[in-house]
Amino acid sequence: MDSIERNKKYNAYVDAKKPQTKNFPTLIYAYLVGGFICMIGQGIQDTLLAIFPTMSTESAGAWMLIVLIFLASFLTAIGVYDRIGVFAGAGSIVPITGFSNSITSPAMEFKKEGIIFGLCVKMFTVAGPVIVNGLAISVIVGIIYLFL
Amino acid sequence: MLLTYLKVFLVGGFICMLGQILIIKTNMTSSRILVLFVCIGAVMEAFGLYDPIVNFASAGATVPITGFGRSLAKGAIESIKEKGLLGVLTGGLTATAGGITGAVIFAYIFSLIFSSKTKKY
Repeated sequence: MDSIERNKKYNAYVDAKKPQTKNFPTLIYAYLVGGFICMIGQGIQDTLLAIFPTMSTESAGAWMLIVLIFLASFLTAIGVYDRIGVFAGAGSIVPITGFSNSITSPAMEFKKEGIIFGLCVKMFTVAGPVIVNGLAISVIVGIIYLFL
Repeated sequence: MLLTYLKVFLVGGFICMLGQILIIKTNMTSSRILVLFVCIGAVMEAFGLYDPIVNFASAGATVPITGFGRSLAKGAIESIKEKGLLGVLTGGLTATAGGITGAVIFAYIFSLIFSSKTKKY
């Protein structure tokens, strides 16, 4: 049996064994949870603007994101956010709360390997690529804008 | 008022559903999806396509991670107007400093206080 045929058989075996996600319901859950998180964000922003009438919409937006990041970090710490993530999929990953969860979750997981080499290093396993690529694209956008 | 929240829900949910479609169709990991969405947001902002969505749906467009990419690009462009070449390097991180620092500090504090439990599911 040559290796190509063997690979084909192996891939078929893996496809048969791996857990099948039911496609349609997960789309609905992602939509509902993602939309709901955005509505919470809008609620926080409107509340901030009502409490501090002098605040600009932009700084209210920035505060709103920080409050959401705080809440997601806390919910991850007490183990609630991962439960939402199990059925919401991208609905819990794509909002900014998922970014916060992706930092807090590995930080807690690797705490047992030490504060510096566990917690502080592993904190950036998911967020690192996001920040690096985000900064790279902002520099590219900036350079293009500068010369146009 | 109610209409605003409906728009926030519809647009925010739609962006998340696009992420879920990617997960199902391509088996991408969450890290790749975050990177891809940040880049899409930044590029759309650079072409002026993201601001109309923010004006239409407010938090529905700023809460998803594409909004993070948007602030990176917007920060770079605005900072270039003020400082020129230096703004290319300072703009992106300045605009998102609150979010990144907040996420890192809260994660640091909470992971020092709480320990992860064994997952049962």
